[in-house]
Amino acid sequence: MLKSRAQLIDLREKCRSQAADQVRRILVCSGTGCVASGASEVYEAFKTALAEAGIACSVKFMEDEPGVGLKKSGCQGLCEKAVLVKVEPEGFQYIRVTPQDCEEIVRETIQRGRHVARLAFTDSSGNIHKTAADIPFFKKQKRLVLSRCGNIASDSIYESLAAGGYQALEKALFEMTSQEIIDQVSRSGLRGRGGGGFPTGVKWKQVGAQKPGKKYVVCNGDEGDPGAFMDCSVMEGDPHRMLEGMIIAGLACGADEGYIYVRAEYPLAVARLKMAINQAANLGLLGQNILGSDFSFQIKINRGAGAFVCGEGSALTGSIEGKRGMPRVKPPRTVEKGLFNRPTVLNNVETFANVPLIIEHGWEVYRQVGTESSPGTKSFSITGNIENTGLIEVPMGMTLREIIFDVGGGMKGGKKFKAVQIGGPSGACLTEEHFDLKLDFDSLAQAGAMIGSGGLVVADQDTCMVELARFFMGFTQRESCGKCVPCREGTKRMLMTLERIVAGDGRPSDLDNLVDLADTIKATALCGLGKTAPSPVLSTIKNFRAEYLKHIVERKCPSKTCERLKVIFVDPSLCAGCAKCSKICPASAITGKAKEPFKIDPALCVKCGACLSGCKYGAVKEGW
Amino acid sequence: MPQVDLSLVDGIIDGHLGHPSAVITILQEIQEQYRYLPREVFPRISAKVGLSEAKVYSVATFYENFSLEPKGRVIIKVCDGTACHVRRSLPILSRLQKELNLTDGKVTTEDLLFTVETVACLGACGLAPVLTVSGQAHPAMTPDKAADLIKAIRETELKTAAALASEHSALRSNDPSTNAVGN
Repeated sequence: MLKSRAQLIDLREKCRSQAADQVRRILVCSGTGCVASGASEVYEAFKTALAEAGIACSVKFMEDEPGVGLKKSGCQGLCEKAVLVKVEPEGFQYIRVTPQDCEEIVRETIQRGRHVARLAFTDSSGNIHKTAADIPFFKKQKRLVLSRCGNIASDSIYESLAAGGYQALEKALFEMTSQEIIDQVSRSGLRGRGGGGFPTGVKWKQVGAQKPGKKYVVCNGDEGDPGAFMDCSVMEGDPHRMLEGMIIAGLACGADEGYIYVRAEYPLAVARLKMAINQAANLGLLGQNILGSDFSFQIKINRGAGAFVCGEGSALTGSIEGKRGMPRVKPPRTVEKGLFNRPTVLNNVETFANVPLIIEHGWEVYRQVGTESSPGTKSFSITGNIENTGLIEVPMGMTLREIIFDVGGGMKGGKKFKAVQIGGPSGACLTEEHFDLKLDFDSLAQAGAMIGSGGLVVADQDTCMVELARFFMGFTQRESCGKCVPCREGTKRMLMTLERIVAGDGRPSDLDNLVDLADTIKATALCGLGKTAPSPVLSTIKNFRAEYLKHIVERKCPSKTCERLKVIFVDPSLCAGCAKCSKICPASAITGKAKEPFKIDPALCVKCGACLSGCKYGAVKEGW
Repeated sequence: MPQVDLSLVDGIIDGHLGHPSAVITILQEIQEQYRYLPREVFPRISAKVGLSEAKVYSVATFYENFSLEPKGRVIIKVCDGTACHVRRSLPILSRLQKELNLTDGKVTTEDLLFTVETVACLGACGLAPVLTVSGQAHPAMTPDKAADLIKAIRETELKTAAALASEHSALRSNDPSTNAVGN
C-alpha cells in the first residue's frame, strides 16, 4: 500500500528499471477479436516453446524472476489479421499467428534475432512490412489514448506505472487545485466522445459548482452501437488509463464514489476492469486517503443487462439504481440530479481515457492535435467490407478518404465503395461525395451525420441501402424503451413501411410518409435514442433515393440482397421441357408444353425454391 | 416443473445486503445459476429486497438478457451488429434455425440442449461475422461452419451423456446399498 507521493515515485522507478532490463518481450494480443481467434492457445504455445528452448520466461512482471517477458496485451489494432503478436525490442509485428508458429518465432526471433518473413504483414504489391510502424495501417494513425493499449500487458498495474500510468493523478493530487484541474480540462476543449460532443470541462464545472455533499462519477461503458468496439478495447487493453481519468474527475468535482456501467456483452472487459480496480486498491491508488492525501475515492462496476437505451444518461443512472432503464424528462440534468438524485459527472470510457493526457502534458499540448473546435484524437472501429478492419486512433479532422483508403487499405476484394455508415443506429450514411469531409463533431453535424461513439461500417456495392436502413430501424424499434409515443409508435410505423418496401410491396407514397414520420420523431421524441432513430433512413433516402425507387416502382433490388425481390425463372436455352418442375411446384405457377421450354408465372410463384433443386438440367435459375 | 432450490437465491440476495439498487445484479446472478429466472424467485426477491413483485418483474422483463423461460445448456448467440450484418450474418442464423428446427419465436430446442438467439454486437467486429457458443467466440463464420459446429457440439454432448450414464450404471451395480433400497 502506497502511503505517499514519494512511495509512488519510488515504485514507479522500480517498475521502470525492471521494464528497461526486460529488453526481450513477446506481446500476444488478447483483445476480444484475437481471443476469439485463438490468442490464448498461442500464448500457451509460446510458454511451451520457451520452456523447451530452455529460455526463462517471466509472465508476471515485477513478480516473476527476470526473463523473456511473455504478455497478454490489449488490442493491437489490426483485428482482421488476428492473432497478432509483437516481439520486442525489434518491434516485429507478426500476423495470423497460430500455435504451430510459436516454436519458429522462438527459434528465429528470440534466439537469433531474425525476422520470420512469412508471418509479416505483406501489402497488395508484395512488400513486407516488418514492424507495426512500417505498416500503412498504423502510419497515419496517432495513438495517444491507445498508446499503451497493445504495448503493455493489460493485466499488470506495474507495467502501466512503468509506462506513465497514474502520473497525471499524482500531479492532480499534489500540484493542482480542483479549480485548476477543471480549468485545464475546459481549456483543452475536450468534448464527450460518446456521441453528443458536449464539452467535458463545462460538465465538470457544473458538477463542481453544486452544493457540497454526495456526488458521483459515472463512466458509460455501455457501448451499444453495433459495429463499435473502441471503448471495449480501452477497457480491456488499458483499464488503468480510464480509472485514472475517473479518479481525477472525482478529485475535480468533489465526488468520492464512481460507477462503471459495462455492457453485458463485454465479459472480458468486466474481468479486466475488476482486476484493475483490485490492483489499484491494493496499491492505495483507490480507496481511503489515496496516497496519504485526504482524498478518498472508490469505484464499482455494474453490468448492463442488454438494453441499448441504457447508453442514454438518465436511463443509465436509472439502471445502476436497479430500475428499468428509461430516460426521463430533462431538466433537471444529470449534473444536478443524476445517480441517486445527486450531482453526477457522466462521461464515456474514451472521454475519461483522454483526461490523463490533458493533465499530464497541459491543455496547450493537447490542443496541438485535432481541429480548433474538436481537439485531440478520436478512435474509430473500422469494419465491414474493408481490407483492414480494426481499431484505429486518428487526429480529429482526418478526412474520410484518408481513413478508408490510407488507414483502412481500401475496399475488400477490390469491390466498389458504396457508403460508410457512421455513428451506428443514430448516425447516417456518407457517400463518395463526402470523401473529403473532415471527421470532427461540427463538420459531421453539418453533413447530417454524427460521430456517435465512432463505429465506421463500410459498405460495398453488394450492400442494399434500403435493407440497411431497415436493419437499423429494426434495431432501434426493438430497443425503444416504449416510454414516449413518437419513438414507440413512430419507429414501428417506419419499420413496417421499410419491411414492406424490401418485400416488394412498396407504395409510391411511402417515401413521403417516411420522411414525414422521421421529421415528427426527430422533433418530439423524449431522448437521444428516439430523436436520432430516423437518421439512417433520412440519410439513405437523401443519398440513395434511386435505390428506394427501384424497390418501390420496379420491385427490384439492384444489389441483389432483398430475398423477397428475388425472381425464379426458367432459362429457355437449357430447359428440356420435361415438365418435372411443373409437377413439383406447390403453387402451380409453372406451365408449358412437353418438350418446349416451361415458364414460371411470377405472380403465382411463392419462391419456395422446390423447382430449383428439382431441375436436373439446371434450367431453373434465380436472379434479381 | 422441478422444485427450485431457493437457498441459493437467499445466498445471492444476502450477498448484496438485500439492497433494492442491486436488484439487476441479483437477477443476473440468479440467472447465472439457473440459466433463467424461475417464477418462484420473484416473491422471494420481493420480500427480501422490499420492492413489490411487480417492480421486480418489470425489471426482469425490461432487459433483454433476462429470460423467464428455461434456456438450453449451450447458448449460441449470433451477432447481428452492423459489421456482421453487412458481412451476411442472417444466412448463418437461418441455417442454425433450420438445423435445429427453431424459429425467431422458438429459440430453445425441445431437449433443452441449444438456445439460439441474436445479439446486437459482441465487439469483435474485426472478424465479422461472429457467433458465440456458451460465451466463446467463433470468428469469420459461414452457414456451413455453423452447421458443423452444431454437429460437433451434439457429438460431444452425446459422448458426455453416454459416459455419465455408464458411470452412473457402474456406480449402481457396485453400490450394494442400491439393492438394499430395492429401487
